[in-house]
Amino acid sequence: MSDPASEPAGPRVGLFVTCLVDLIRPSVGFAAVKLLEDAGCVVEVPAAQTCCGQPAYNSGDRSNAVAIARQVVDAFSEFDHVVAPSGSCAGMIRTHYPSLLGDDPEYGAKAKSVAAKTYELVSFLTDVMGVERVSARFYGAVTYHDSCAGLRELGVKQQPRRLLATVTGLTVQEMSEPEVCCGFGGTFSVKYPDVSNAIVEKKVADIASARAPLLLAGDLGCLMNMAGKLRREGRHVSARHVAEVLAGMTDTAPIAQGEPVTNPGAKR
Amino acid sequence: MQSTAHAFKGNAARALEDRQLQEALANVPKGFVGKRAEARARLPEFDALRDQARDLKNHVLANLDLYLEEYERKVFEVGGKVHWAASAGDAREIVLSICREAGAKTVVKGKSMITEEIGLNDHLEGAGIEPIETDLGEYLIQIRGEAPSHIIAPAVHLTKEQVEADFRRLHRDLPEDRRLEEVDELVAEARSVLRDKFLAADVGITGANMLIAETGSSVIVTNEGNGDLSQTLAKVHIVVASLEKVVPTLEDACTILRILARSATGQECSTYTTFSTGPRRAGDPDGPEAYHVVLLDNGRSELLGTDFREVLRCIRCGACMNHCPVYQAVGGHAYGWVYPGPIGSVLTPSLIGVEEAGPLPNASTFCGRCEAVCPMRIPLPGLMRKWRELEFEKVPPPFAQRFALKSWAWFARHPRLYQFASGLVIPVVARMAGKKGAFNKLPFGNGWTRHRDFPAPQGRTFHQQWRNQKRRRARS
Repeated sequence: MSDPASEPAGPRVGLFVTCLVDLIRPSVGFAAVKLLEDAGCVVEVPAAQTCCGQPAYNSGDRSNAVAIARQVVDAFSEFDHVVAPSGSCAGMIRTHYPSLLGDDPEYGAKAKSVAAKTYELVSFLTDVMGVERVSARFYGAVTYHDSCAGLRELGVKQQPRRLLATVTGLTVQEMSEPEVCCGFGGTFSVKYPDVSNAIVEKKVADIASARAPLLLAGDLGCLMNMAGKLRREGRHVSARHVAEVLAGMTDTAPIAQGEPVTNPGAKR
Repeated sequence: MQSTAHAFKGNAARALEDRQLQEALANVPKGFVGKRAEARARLPEFDALRDQARDLKNHVLANLDLYLEEYERKVFEVGGKVHWAASAGDAREIVLSICREAGAKTVVKGKSMITEEIGLNDHLEGAGIEPIETDLGEYLIQIRGEAPSHIIAPAVHLTKEQVEADFRRLHRDLPEDRRLEEVDELVAEARSVLRDKFLAADVGITGANMLIAETGSSVIVTNEGNGDLSQTLAKVHIVVASLEKVVPTLEDACTILRILARSATGQECSTYTTFSTGPRRAGDPDGPEAYHVVLLDNGRSELLGTDFREVLRCIRCGACMNHCPVYQAVGGHAYGWVYPGPIGSVLTPSLIGVEEAGPLPNASTFCGRCEAVCPMRIPLPGLMRKWRELEFEKVPPPFAQRFALKSWAWFARHPRLYQFASGLVIPVVARMAGKKGAFNKLPFGNGWTRHRDFPAPQGRTFHQQWRNQKRRRARS
């Protein structure tokens, strides 16, 4: 951490990494750290974090959801802001923790305060930090999927498009229905795999119709679902988290693809 | 109606394999979704009206006894009669006894979900009275012996070709070489067949989109005009409605009408919006001689004191199912009872029990589009989650599922052990994937990998890498 005596430190941001980014795609976490630091934030990653509790909450297991929520609240209450590279996890903390813990005499007030300062990464950059442009380059067309929780719980829609428009060389080609669910739904994809598949089948057909070689979104769960389907169907569309492109960190292999393929455009 | 809601999974699997159904379902997003969006865009105060309608209905539900008694008094004043039915069985018996008193042989029906809920047609048939559905969609499913698959478009699961085949099979007295390819031709044929039925019927039964306490009126909203014929031509008109349909005033009814058709079909208002107030008065050119209202509770009053009371604001527009990715994929019959889609996933367990209907509130991705379009702002995903919580308490999930959830939750509650274990396992899994970057088969993830690849982890976890970085930074 920088010495507070020598320079005015930016806001202290606690990064909620999310379980999927932690386990499956750490590069998204590092991209988030870079974007936040570029915006002037001091980023810390509390060690006492695992998951936001959605799998329990959405399975009806309220007592485990409450226990996990308390743990997150404890780990993050000291920060100025809490930021997650996921609309779904940020939405869980921001909109659902107050109803999970609101009546809890010990945690109610703390939970509301953590909820109120929790944001999805890209909307935090634009709406709170006032970021208007990024310095990344990416030569090619992308299409953007609006993940449901980010879109409908947190109003994330124009923010990623605004920042993507400032990436040198990048154009956004919209699919026809970017706001339609990809069929992931967390445990839904495991409980009802056939229905989930029918939904993602339609989704990847729409993605392909955008004729962009790269799919972006702000949630790794949705991306894993769509990338897994795109690969199974042999479609020539890769998938990445939007933070990777905004941070200019696209030298890792895209989601569900092997051998690091470097984006030739990124090297000029 | 016998529920198969418990078998949603199997129902859904069959629906996904049914090519004709899939062809028919493709029309749902094309038609309803686009038209609603256009209608909404044309009315700047649409969302403000939704707030107003929500508050109005909340007020009614908080004072339901008051408005129902006022409504009953008014109906009586204009010469009609209100019958209170606590259960579906009570409602069936009341309708049957009114039909018997009228000496009815045939009954014409306007479209009504409540009569589906109480299983009225089977009951009347069993008593030797022939019910004839006059809404085109309802007529189609009646001749096929099916249940509605949508609350405003009951035959949305059928293709034109299926309807043509049914008409040729059933309407044998019509010329064989007639044209029946276009929708207009099918509608015209149904109309001509039904015309005589209207004239011959002894009793007309309709539902009600609203009941107005101030005037004692019932309101129906239709596009075919069949409801109007059903309720004006026969000697006796029976309205079957559930008790949450009451609104205080005509003005209030108009507030709801402004969002109803727009949310349902994208029309400003439906072709016919008809207010019925009592039987024919002296000097009226037409109308029934007797006017009965059967007010059905069937478990609704028990919802009033619970979190689920919000579902009683529903005005049955169908917007939630039109916008639901699950409904669009499997159609309405998979839900296994009267009300499909997100509203059904909340209402069905409320009315027939979560033990039977448990799979329904689970069959949602929680994408939230239903709540986003609901004109009455019913928090459908939140209510489905409430059902999941109640189900989790009442009906413990199968062992494997419970075990998986419990062990995951235990680790999630112990961050140090979680990170230690994931730090051991994840790099191994990443190595197993090798250079492929994904798995096309997983030992415990068959549901996922049957249809799509599973992205492999990149290598070490974020927390491992972050700790190492911090250590390196500290050393340098």
